[in-house]
Amino acid sequence: MNRKGKLFRVLAVTSVTAASIVTMATTSGASSSGSIAKGAPVTIGISLSLSGDFSADGLAYQQGYKLWAADVNAAGGLLGHKVKLDIVSDASTPTQVVTNYQKLISVDHVNLTFGPFSTLLTLPAAQTVNRYGYAMIEGAGGGPSVFQAGLKNVFDVTLPVAYDLQPFATWLTSLPASSRPKTISYVTSNDPFTQPVVQEAQKLIGSKVKTVYSKVFPAEATDYTSIADAVAAAKAQVVVLGSVDVPTVSAFMQAFEQAHYTPEAFIATAGPDQGAPFIKAVGAGNADGMMVPNSWYGGSKNAQSQKMVAEYIKLYGGTAAGVNADIAEAYSVGQVMARAVTATKGFDNSKIIKYLHSNVTLNSVQGSVKFNKLGENTAQTAYTFQWQGAKFVEVNPVGDVGSSPVLFPKPAWGN
Amino acid sequence: MATGLTLIFGVMDIINVAQGIFVILGAYLSYALSVHWGIDPFVGLIITIPTLFLVGIVVERVFFGRLKGPEKTAMSILVTYAISLVIEGGLNMIFTVNYVQINAWYVNKSFKLFGVWFPYIYVFGFIMAAILLGSLYIMLYRTRFGASIRASLADQTAAALIGIDVRRVSTICFGIGIAITAPGGMIFGATNTFNASTSYDLISRLLTIIVLGGMGSLGGALLAGILMVTIEDLVGVIWSPVWSTMSFFLVLVIVLSVRPQGIFGKKSARVA
Repeated sequence: MNRKGKLFRVLAVTSVTAASIVTMATTSGASSSGSIAKGAPVTIGISLSLSGDFSADGLAYQQGYKLWAADVNAAGGLLGHKVKLDIVSDASTPTQVVTNYQKLISVDHVNLTFGPFSTLLTLPAAQTVNRYGYAMIEGAGGGPSVFQAGLKNVFDVTLPVAYDLQPFATWLTSLPASSRPKTISYVTSNDPFTQPVVQEAQKLIGSKVKTVYSKVFPAEATDYTSIADAVAAAKAQVVVLGSVDVPTVSAFMQAFEQAHYTPEAFIATAGPDQGAPFIKAVGAGNADGMMVPNSWYGGSKNAQSQKMVAEYIKLYGGTAAGVNADIAEAYSVGQVMARAVTATKGFDNSKIIKYLHSNVTLNSVQGSVKFNKLGENTAQTAYTFQWQGAKFVEVNPVGDVGSSPVLFPKPAWGN
Repeated sequence: MATGLTLIFGVMDIINVAQGIFVILGAYLSYALSVHWGIDPFVGLIITIPTLFLVGIVVERVFFGRLKGPEKTAMSILVTYAISLVIEGGLNMIFTVNYVQINAWYVNKSFKLFGVWFPYIYVFGFIMAAILLGSLYIMLYRTRFGASIRASLADQTAAALIGIDVRRVSTICFGIGIAITAPGGMIFGATNTFNASTSYDLISRLLTIIVLGGMGSLGGALLAGILMVTIEDLVGVIWSPVWSTMSFFLVLVIVLSVRPQGIFGKKSARVA
């Protein structure tokens, strides 16, 4: 056989093998109908970022999921089946998250799936599990891109991020003209989670506070010094930062301090909500006055939340203020799934999806959960939290029973 | 940081993709000395530099002694990647994945000169880098051992023929290349929050720098490092941060299309 003939044969064999593997992967292993033998555990497949950019959040999510599983198992499991979590690491990459869920469903034959961390990873993850008919309940994929994909199987237990900065914008624009800041800077990573939040805030605040700096920086940036210096040079009284993690916020805080610039109000979309890890990274003195939007905090009066926080502290130590909001998001995912399983009396993913789309209102440690047709949780309220000394307190919505006055202007760095 | 990487490649033909994790290891060592024993990060270098030098010697002896032949460079990527994963896992177990930052009185402080704020940490870091590079230059160009390194950089076979113990030179060079990550890691850890996974961001930038500068060229690494930071910062401030990273890579593509061996790289031999 000549070289061309050999090449053709190799290509043909490779193509047939690849097609067979794809067919097997998409048909044989997957089982979303969910009948489980008596006494066998119910397995939940989860891809988490245990290394890479989101590893700190990934670890917190793992703790939250495990805490929920321990509580459920202590109470007898789901419909009498012990919960077993099958957690694999995606190294914070969208390609690995797809591979992971394919493996979890078609090879490991998990019964249910929970979401990964971040909007960036949730979208490909939800698209993947959707092909197998699985429901994806998640807590960290609140960016518009997840809902705009038109998937019927994705359910985000947390408030959609687009609304995150609404209370902050309302507070800022409702300040009396005499005390309202005159200038504001917007700077955000071009991440699918942060950019829509900051753009929405910019729209809401509008011309009531003059924009003196508005820039987007690449998500892959590792050195923020020049960007932070440019923001500091603009000397706005308010800074809105679209950040995905602690390092981004920390870099801006450090650069601001080095430039002897303290904004009167400084809100970051993520980072300050990380609790103890945030304080450890930036120092308690620097954290004073830092604000962050969220729908939950460790001091929440919600009885379920208080129970979960007490359990967490017993297990990992620390204080209520130091409990990462990711823990509550992950725990809520488990709670919503448990309620859906109980209501549908089984592990059939199609029934679970139908049930969650039935306008039913559920409870979680984060508060009420009710999904619209896009899978967004429409029952939650957006809050703004602020570090005030060693305490992490709710400061808006203004007038809310749990809200404390905003520490404004923000104290100087390193107090 | 890039200097160590290019030195190792120049002498040993090893592409050390573990250089990023060694930088983070250096950062964690400084962090641990600072937090647990209250040792100033700069003073702590007296401990961390020799420690990482020894780590480099051990790694070279254990993993690279048997790597020979035409596959050596390709295999070195796999070996150093494996080393990187093991160290990353170890650091995650010891320090967890939570972000930390090295703190000292000068980390967040700055002084004003001619109307411009100069952060102490950057000034101190610059002085330290100048001293280290100066020392490295003196060692390379004013000592007998330096002559051995340069000879090995130029041609290992010829160096061996004139009586240089290339194996010993390689081991010490690897040790030096890793030891350099101690001060680099300390400055990185004081100017950024980090965890073990941060090494991935670092290694991609370090590799880019030595490719632009010319693989194995110390001067090239220095020039490319300065170029990267300057181009990114200027584009970020004057134009838009969105284009800052891309602009550097654009320069990289243009340079490599004209000089595939990098700015100071040589086609047949790698000399600084």
